[in-house]
Amino acid sequence: MSLWVDKYRPNNLQKLDFHCKQAAHLRNLIKEGDFPHLLFYGPSGAGKKTRIMALLKELYGPGVERLRMEHMSFLTPSKKKIDIMTTASNYHIEVNPSDAGMYDRVVVMELIKNVAQTNQLDPAGQRDFKVIILNEIDHLTREAQQALRRTMEKYIATCRLILCANSMSQVIPAIRSRCLCIRIPAPTYEEIVSVLNTICKKEGLTLPAEFAMKLAQQSDRNLRRAILMCEASKVQQYPFQKDQKIVEPDWKIYIRDTAKMILSEQSPKKLLEVRTRLYELLVHSIPVNILFKYLLEGLLANCDSDLKTKSIQLAATFEHRIHKGSKPIFHLEAFVASFMAIYLQFMEDTLIDLF
Amino acid sequence: MEAFLRTGKLGKEAPSSSKPIASTSGKTRTKPVPWVEKYRPKTIDDVIEQQEVVSVLKKCLSGADLPHFLFYGPPGTGKTSTMIAAAHQLFGDMYKDRILELNASDDRGIQVIRDKTASGFNTEGKPCPPFKIVILDEADSMTHAAQAALRRTMEKETKSTRFCLICNYVSCIIQPLTSRCSKFRFKPLAESTMMTRLQYICQEESVKCDFKALETLVETSGGDMRRAITCLQSCARLKGGDGIVNDDVLEVTGVIPNIWIEKLLHVDSFQVLEKYIEDLILEAYSATQLFDQFHDIVMTSSLNDPQKAIVLEKLAECNARLQDGASEYIQVLDLGTSVIKANKTVV
Repeated sequence: MSLWVDKYRPNNLQKLDFHCKQAAHLRNLIKEGDFPHLLFYGPSGAGKKTRIMALLKELYGPGVERLRMEHMSFLTPSKKKIDIMTTASNYHIEVNPSDAGMYDRVVVMELIKNVAQTNQLDPAGQRDFKVIILNEIDHLTREAQQALRRTMEKYIATCRLILCANSMSQVIPAIRSRCLCIRIPAPTYEEIVSVLNTICKKEGLTLPAEFAMKLAQQSDRNLRRAILMCEASKVQQYPFQKDQKIVEPDWKIYIRDTAKMILSEQSPKKLLEVRTRLYELLVHSIPVNILFKYLLEGLLANCDSDLKTKSIQLAATFEHRIHKGSKPIFHLEAFVASFMAIYLQFMEDTLIDLF
Repeated sequence: MEAFLRTGKLGKEAPSSSKPIASTSGKTRTKPVPWVEKYRPKTIDDVIEQQEVVSVLKKCLSGADLPHFLFYGPPGTGKTSTMIAAAHQLFGDMYKDRILELNASDDRGIQVIRDKTASGFNTEGKPCPPFKIVILDEADSMTHAAQAALRRTMEKETKSTRFCLICNYVSCIIQPLTSRCSKFRFKPLAESTMMTRLQYICQEESVKCDFKALETLVETSGGDMRRAITCLQSCARLKGGDGIVNDDVLEVTGVIPNIWIEKLLHVDSFQVLEKYIEDLILEAYSATQLFDQFHDIVMTSSLNDPQKAIVLEKLAECNARLQDGASEYIQVLDLGTSVIKANKTVV
């Protein structure tokens, strides 16, 4: 019994539910049995991975679905050993190089050289090249991305890279210009609803239209989240009600409550409480950028336009510093403290205006 | 390192090494070569635009001594291509023995540079010039320590070795190195020359391509020939046999439709802005691209000078932060609020 997300994942290019025109283009692309390096980018839950796997299947046949996990170890110049988990089939290997932290450059270089230096023994029965999938390319360090540049060109005869990123901004232009970039926008509400309907039909469930729409809206146009929420709601209560409550992830509620706390009282004591809550969130490995985004959203809801401008400026400064510094908690806290200061100032000013 | 010595440099050489294997299985297949490699200039005369370099290199071909070179300029202007074409002409068949190309992907510590350059070799009785060329590609990503190590090496090995440093930003190369080389700046290619080249490629590859689409291609590439050719090939591959139209080019290059940019310029309330950014990110448009295009539009817009100042200052700040890895959402939001502010100061 697998999750619906995996169970109903389309496994070839014809079966994709949306961006059909693009799927046709992709089929065109591999018709000749070859393709340039690819860079898929789009928000999470838009179907990047699904498309990559479908593409590989089209290219190599069902063999790509027989996956195995492998441990690979690399030696850094300073003789430190790093272990990386890879998923591989006979035809491709998938790595998440950012797992190696600051040593990702070594991983990228070694891995590609290893794979690319071996030619396929019998090119008659299969393709001449192997495929390397690198995930989260936007989280790679600059050095690792630099290292990719020439390697990509040099080994084009024996291997192809498929890169996968959430946003293009963090990918250096040199890599962008060497790949065929494929943009995968998030599905629209209507598309999500239609996918949910198909799944429910296959499961033999009835899904009221209003509820499906609500699921789609709650999911932020993230199809994976929408399907997961749908399944969770089914476990919670079936048959579906039109106005059934959708289970929100608890960290979202937790962040919103934290924002409310900040708005309710601005004092050093409260700051300490907020700090423990932020720590809690970080410990549960909520990514900082997501935390920051939702916190800001929660805070902004209660501000007038002038204050909004100021707090966004603050947020932009501190969010930037998080990436320059080493420990996010300092900057999160600094942001909260300065927000409290300007908020308090603002409240006092309005009070003075009243009298 | 070893890999480099075995496979050589150009992509087109690698297939030839694997050919025997393919032919033993009774079937040879021609490997598709990226157009960028296929249409690299073969001789110095093929290099377009960069006259100064070309004339110097031509002198060298006719017997003059070769200085150390430092090529710098934006990507895709033919820096590597020029050097390789020259080396091919200089050395002919000896090319592989005489050229050492090191780039950021290779291990490029101090030791490697010392070892590789120092090994002397016998050149007597050979028809071509008695030295080898070390091409240090992407030299701006070398560490300062490695660059410093080069200083003395460069002088000591003048007898047998010429260096050619290639980089995008000359400011990243330390002063002592720049003073040892003759510097050449590579200009971005002019639109008309790119156009003729692209048309030639289309003709050679028998690809149907709109004139308008080619124009967009040239425009979006901003003088980067490699980018233009890669885009052209990508479009051709994606569309199969069909002709390429303007929209395909836009999609492949990742250019944001102008309507989005206009919307950001005329945003006037916070709600609109928030919704706009959500949508923008979900459509997977990149913020750097947005900033680039937004900049052009602000410059030509009807805003007055103080307004432009407000917006552009913020734009610069946000762009820098984005480069450091800050979150797209918050940075675009920050830019957006300053646009709102600028729009409000109209009166």
